[in-house]
Amino acid sequence: MNVVIMGCGRVGAQLAGLLDADGHSVTVLDTDAYSFRRLPANFGGTALIGNGLDQEVLKRAGIEKADAFFVVTQGDNRNVMAAQIAKHIFNVPKVICRIYDPLRRDLYQALGLEAISPTTVFAQILKEKLES
Amino acid sequence: MYIIVVGGGRVGYYLTKALLDEEHEVLIVEKDVNLCEVITEEMGSICFRGDGCEASTLAEIGTGRADMFIAVTGDDEDNLVACQVAKHKFNVPRTIARIRNPANEAIFKKLGIDVTVSSTNVILEQIEAVVPTHPLTHLLTISDKGLEIVEVKILPDSTIVGKPIKELTLPKESKLALICSKERKPRLPTASTILRAGDRVIAVTTPESEEALRAALRGD
Repeated sequence: MNVVIMGCGRVGAQLAGLLDADGHSVTVLDTDAYSFRRLPANFGGTALIGNGLDQEVLKRAGIEKADAFFVVTQGDNRNVMAAQIAKHIFNVPKVICRIYDPLRRDLYQALGLEAISPTTVFAQILKEKLES
Repeated sequence: MYIIVVGGGRVGYYLTKALLDEEHEVLIVEKDVNLCEVITEEMGSICFRGDGCEASTLAEIGTGRADMFIAVTGDDEDNLVACQVAKHKFNVPRTIARIRNPANEAIFKKLGIDVTVSSTNVILEQIEAVVPTHPLTHLLTISDKGLEIVEVKILPDSTIVGKPIKELTLPKESKLALICSKERKPRLPTASTILRAGDRVIAVTTPESEEALRAALRGD
């Protein structure tokens, strides 16, 4: 599958490595070239400098042919906006974004975005640890 | 009217001043504590410190009864999310977002933001109005033949928009060579080719008939 990942932080870089190892064609976007140091040494995909809120940059990253788009930058709003551009302008079949703020996640989930709040997920895990 | 302004920077500050002068009820939402203090000192307690993208903040300031919601922070994504939360969670009838990147206009409209104001576009339009951009550009001179290749932009107010080329009164020393439209491939002009606003026409002409060519493509 063709996968575009926006944000090459810890999560983005690790995800890129995993998908690349599984044989997917991966492009990672980040505004800071220094972030690409996190990619595994044997990463076979493409690392591209640019802001994913810019539709021209997304096109260069191959968004028009992407089967999936993951948005995992540090900014909730940036993630929300990029995800909506990918979904509504480029019609990417699978768009998943991270939204730290649980309330904002609920709103955008209701608006049709596939959104994950690590805050909620992690709090839940911790709670389960206590209960087990 | 009750109007909420998100972002207490320069745009938000002067906008709020103007709205207060028109006797609206205005509240600014601003994250930065220093900006909040300045606004409060100068305009009274009309500034709420908080994140205008957070539903809990917006609930606290009574967004549900707001008539208008204006997001004017410096970041397009923040303005988008603030307006979407106001629209979808609090049903604010009119949401207005400032955008920096003119290319974002389409996505904002698609996502239900009622009005977008692109400061970049406003400035560009103002400048273009003051500096009339000449619709004819010289591309190449073929000096030994006394010819030149020019590009003429078909302006929206030209009377030849929508008409086929055969209806134009072109000077005989001029030949149209290529029509470049925004959303299509460049075409070779034929007698029945219809010209549209925004088309760029590449033409070969003598310097003497340049003005006549320009007039013909403007329709006067």
